Amino acid sequence: MRIKIRKTLIVLLSVFLLGFSLIGCASTSNSGANSSGTTGTQSQSSNLSGSISISGSSALYPLANNAATAFKKDNPDVSITVGGGGSGTGLNNVLAGTVDIGNSDVYATEKLAAAEAGKLVDHKVCLIGVAVIVNSDIAAKVNDLSTAQLTAIFSGKTTNWQDVGGPDEQITIVNRPSSSGTRALFVKWALGGQSDVEGDSSLQTDDSNALLATVGNTSGAIGYIAFSYLVNAGPGVAKVRIDGVDANYDNIYSNKYQIWGYEHMYTAGQPNAQTQAFLDYMTSKTMSTQAEIMGYGTISKLNAAAAASR
Amino acid sequence: MASRLRKWQTEYLGRTLVTAFGLFVVVLTLGILGFLGYKGSATFIDYGHSLTEFLISSKWSPGEAGQSGSIGSAVFIIGSLEVSSLALLLATPLSLAMAIFIAEVAPQRLSTTLRSVLEIFVGIPSVVYGWIGLAVLVPFIADLFHLNFGFSVLSAALVLALMICPTITSVATDSLAATPNEYREASYALGSTRWQMIWHVKLRAAIPGILTGVVLGLARAFGEALAVAMVIGQSNRFASSLLAPTNTLTAVITANMGNTTTGSEYNDVLWSMAALLLAISLLFILLIRVISRRGQAS
Repeated sequence: MRIKIRKTLIVLLSVFLLGFSLIGCASTSNSGANSSGTTGTQSQSSNLSGSISISGSSALYPLANNAATAFKKDNPDVSITVGGGGSGTGLNNVLAGTVDIGNSDVYATEKLAAAEAGKLVDHKVCLIGVAVIVNSDIAAKVNDLSTAQLTAIFSGKTTNWQDVGGPDEQITIVNRPSSSGTRALFVKWALGGQSDVEGDSSLQTDDSNALLATVGNTSGAIGYIAFSYLVNAGPGVAKVRIDGVDANYDNIYSNKYQIWGYEHMYTAGQPNAQTQAFLDYMTSKTMSTQAEIMGYGTISKLNAAAAASR
Repeated sequence: MASRLRKWQTEYLGRTLVTAFGLFVVVLTLGILGFLGYKGSATFIDYGHSLTEFLISSKWSPGEAGQSGSIGSAVFIIGSLEVSSLALLLATPLSLAMAIFIAEVAPQRLSTTLRSVLEIFVGIPSVVYGWIGLAVLVPFIADLFHLNFGFSVLSAALVLALMICPTITSVATDSLAATPNEYREASYALGSTRWQMIWHVKLRAAIPGILTGVVLGLARAFGEALAVAMVIGQSNRFASSLLAPTNTLTAVITANMGNTTTGSEYNDVLWSMAALLLAISLLFILLIRVISRRGQAS
């Protein structure tokens, strides 16, 4: 009797496991069918329902997540799932139809071949500024770097802080991986596209929080990070001015500070009703205020020159 | 009808299930092999790079968005090899000594306790090792050698050594314990001391098993991503010394896979690295097979 029960249990467990793996395979195709199916029926309805799935950029993740929570409060019938994974993941997923929105720090054309990028619709939701940060032991003496000095530091020509007016201390560069969106923005707008940013020797961290910790813990360290990560940053790091300009959104809006980019939410073709409503909400006035608190910038505040620069 | 169903239940259901799962594992393994081979070959077929460039060059700037760049991965291959072999060098003598102590020297009670402690050690997730390495070892190395930072080949090797030590120890302990008791008795009968018996007889008899443990440890060290990525510093340069940072295959894959898109050269070269990792792991497994066969033969 006991053996029989045990056997039945084993069988049940196996079936359960097998079933799980099958469900896992099937669910992706299901969600794809759902999102395309709801397009027609939902568009006339004023009461939104259905689901929105989002993945991609880790820099945009906190804002997207915050917006999703607020949006669900207003639209209780809409379910939203927000994931990270990186800009490449977001673009991959939205292209494959596994999510409705793919978040990216960079234009799709910088990551995807032209034919694939052409299938995606770009929705710019906010701005992200990138600041140059140094360990606080440097900040007392060096609080301003020129673009030329930055370029010399990141190409390995300047290796001691003494050469840029700092203490006699070796410079440690802390990079993000070469596929990172933050790094792409920094290289393009701070260093004028110079491809080698690794000096003689540099450290590299997988994500921005780790970069913040590494710059904070390493004397003589310099790195670059999105403004949003600096909102709650401790005293271990300090921002430096670039060519005498403070790294803040007012200077970005007035076209004085150049290291910034758009945060993009990509959809495959035109979005369905609930997705469109969410995208509208992302750029609404309520959300803009929240975004600024969290360290993102508002697109509509850019002056004409700044908007034309991208 | 009922009895037939019963017979089917008792006789064939289990067999069918077991066979199905067995086949599933085979298909899965072949599937992964095929998939990695297919994805990994795109770098060379679609983007026309040579295998030599991939293995020998250290120029690393893969293209995205349909662009083509340089995919030299020598820095990461060398990095992986030096970190894991150094870890092995540190861990093997230590593990061997521990194994001898547990299997031969320690009293029964202590030996049993130590074995269960080892099992706990094997089960500690690698992220914990990495975190301890990051929080304790990296600052310690920086202090000890008066460096700006402690991210280095040495830190990574120490973390890995700590991580693979229990693996090697437990396999070596089992293999020492499995040597026939007659060997011990015969050796004592010939008048050897305890140490002579352990060193000349038991250890020699257990060598295939010990080597298996060492290769298993090497494979684990080579494939470890998280713990290494946290303490290696991920610098895309050859390490000039044991105290300099460098990068490994696994760390590059984890750092960049989320930021690249399917079909781009950058993504494809990551797959090539994954295929290379698998190939090297297969080599290690082959090595284990050869060693244990030779052990049986002698």
